[in-house]
Amino acid sequence: MGIYEVSLATIVLINIILALGLNMITGFCGQISLGHAAFYGIGAYCTAILAKAGFPPAVTLLCGLILAGASGVVVGLASLRVREDFLAITTMGVGFLFLGIVRQQEALGGELGISSIPSAGMSKIGFMLFVLVLAALAAAFSLFIKRSWMGFAFDAVADDEDTARVLGLDVAAYKLSAFAMGTAMAGLAGGLYTYFARFIVPDDFGFITSITVLSMVAVGGIGSVFGVMAATVVLTLMPEFFRFISDYKLLVYGALLFTVMRFAPGGLAGFLQTALRIRKARGETG
Amino acid sequence: MTAILKVSGVTVRFGGIHALDDVSFEVTPGEFVSMIGPNGAGKTTLIRAITGVVQPQSAEIRLSGREISNLPTHKRSRLGLVMTHQIVRPFHSMSVLENVIFAAGHGRIQSVFGAMVSFDLSRERDRAMKLLGLLGIAEMADKSVRGQPLGVIKRMEVARALALEPKLLLLDEPLAGLNHIEAARLADTVADINRRGTTIVMIEHNLGEVLRVSERLVVLDNGRKIADGNPNEVMRNPAVRAAYVGKDETDAAA
Ligand SMILES: Nc1ncnc2c1ncn2[C@@H]1O[C@H](COP(=O)(O)OP(=O)(O)O)[C@@H](O)[C@H]1O
Ligand SMILES: [Mg+2]
Repeated sequence: MGIYEVSLATIVLINIILALGLNMITGFCGQISLGHAAFYGIGAYCTAILAKAGFPPAVTLLCGLILAGASGVVVGLASLRVREDFLAITTMGVGFLFLGIVRQQEALGGELGISSIPSAGMSKIGFMLFVLVLAALAAAFSLFIKRSWMGFAFDAVADDEDTARVLGLDVAAYKLSAFAMGTAMAGLAGGLYTYFARFIVPDDFGFITSITVLSMVAVGGIGSVFGVMAATVVLTLMPEFFRFISDYKLLVYGALLFTVMRFAPGGLAGFLQTALRIRKARGETG
Repeated sequence: MTAILKVSGVTVRFGGIHALDDVSFEVTPGEFVSMIGPNGAGKTTLIRAITGVVQPQSAEIRLSGREISNLPTHKRSRLGLVMTHQIVRPFHSMSVLENVIFAAGHGRIQSVFGAMVSFDLSRERDRAMKLLGLLGIAEMADKSVRGQPLGVIKRMEVARALALEPKLLLLDEPLAGLNHIEAARLADTVADINRRGTTIVMIEHNLGEVLRVSERLVVLDNGRKIADGNPNEVMRNPAVRAAYVGKDETDAAA
C-alpha cells in the first residue's frame, strides 16, 4: 500500500464512523439531520485544541466524543419540540450556527482554521489500523443496537412516534439517546480527522459535508449498517476517481439524495433485499 | 367502590369547534361500557383526551383515584390505560406479529439502558402469538402489515393493546371494517377479555353488538353527554332518539 492508498483508506474509515453516527439518528430512529457535520466539527476542533495544548490522543479523542455527544443531546432536546418536517430546517440551522461561531472565533483560528496540529504519534499505517479498529467497533456497536430492544424501539419511533407513545414508549428518551450516540460517533470521527489532516478549516464541516454524509446513509439504505458502509466507501472514493465531482459536490450529492429518496427509498440494502428476497427476521415464526 | 376512571369537565376545542363541552363520566372496575353517538359527536376526541393524545382546554382525569391529566401519554399507558385507534395505526415496517411483540416488550423498553442490553424476545413472541390466536389472526403473524385487510389490522390493534396488559382498555370502533361473523366473534372476544378482569370502554357504531355485549351505554352528541345508563333505558331516552333523528340511516344503524 502506497502512502496515497493509506490516506484514502483512512479517510474512508473515518467517513464510515461519521456515516454510522448519522445512521443511528436518521437510519435507526428516523430523525432527519442536515447538520451532522457540525458535530463532526465539534469533535475536530475540541481534539485539535486539546492536542495543541499537549494532551495525548486518548484524552483529546474522548473529549471530542463527549463534547459532540453532549451538544447532540442539546440539539436533540430542541428537536423534541419541532415536527418532523421542521427538524431538517432546525438541524441545518445548527450546522450554519456552528460555522458562524467558528469563523468568528479568534481562539478557533477563524477562517484560517487550526494548523500545525501534533501527530497522533503513530506511523500512517499505524494510524490507519487504529482507525480501522475504531470503525469496526462503530459497526459492531451499530449492529448491537439494531438487534437490541432499543433498536426495536427505534423502529417504532421511525415508523409512527405517536403510536409508539400510546403503546407506552418514552419517545423523547429514545430520540435523545439516538442523538447522543450518533453525534458522539461524529465527534470521534472529527477527532480522527484532526489527527489525519493535522490542519482543519471551518469549511471541512460545512453544509456540503452534512449533505454528503446524508447521501451515504440514504444510498446505503436508511438503517442498514452494511449498506451504509458500502455506500460510504463508494461515495468517498468517487470524487477521487472522477475529479470533476469535487467541484460540484453539493449538486452531485444533492441529486443523488433526491434520486434515491424518490425512486429507491430503501437504498442499496432495500434493492438487494428485494432482489434476493431477504427479510429481516425479528420474531419470525417460520 | 372507587371508580377506575373518573373523568370530569372535559372540554376540548379545535379552533372554533367545540369538540367536547364539559363532559363527565365514571367507569367502575370490571365494567363493560359502550359509547355511542353520531359521527362528529366527540367520542374519539374524548378517549384521546383521556390518554393524553389530545390536550383538553380543561379536564380532570382520575385513574383509580390518581389525577393523571398532567402525565404524558406513555406514562398513562404504563399505568394501564390503553387505547386503540379508529383509523388504524400499525407500524408499517413490521410484520403483524412484530407489532404485537413490540407492545408485549413494554417492560423491556421502559428504560433506554435496559433496552440497550436486552435482546431476547422469545417470551414476548410467545405471548404475542397467543394474542394473535385469541383474535383469530395467527395465520397472518409473519405477513407484513402492508396490504393486510382492514379487519386484520383492526384485530391486530386489539391484540397489541392487550399485549400491554391494560387495566382499562379504550377501544375506538374495533368492529368497523369487519364482516358480520368477524364482528360478532370479536365482540365475544372483547366480552371474554372483560370477564377475565379488564375494564372496557368501547366506542362502537354497531348497535346490535353493542346491545348484545355491554352493560352500560354512554351517549355523546355534539360534544355533550346526553345519556348514561342501562342500555335498554338509554335507547328509549327521547334525547337519544332525537340525536339520531334526521341523521341518515347509516349513521344511526352503522
Ligand atoms: N385534530 C382535530 N382538529 C380539528 N378538529 C377535530 C380534530 N379531531 C376532531 N375534530 C373535530 O371534532 C369533532 C369531534 O370529532 P370526533 O371526536 O372524531 O367525533 P366521533 O369520534 O364521535 O365521530 C368533529 O367536529 C371533528 O371534525
Ligand atoms: Mg370517532
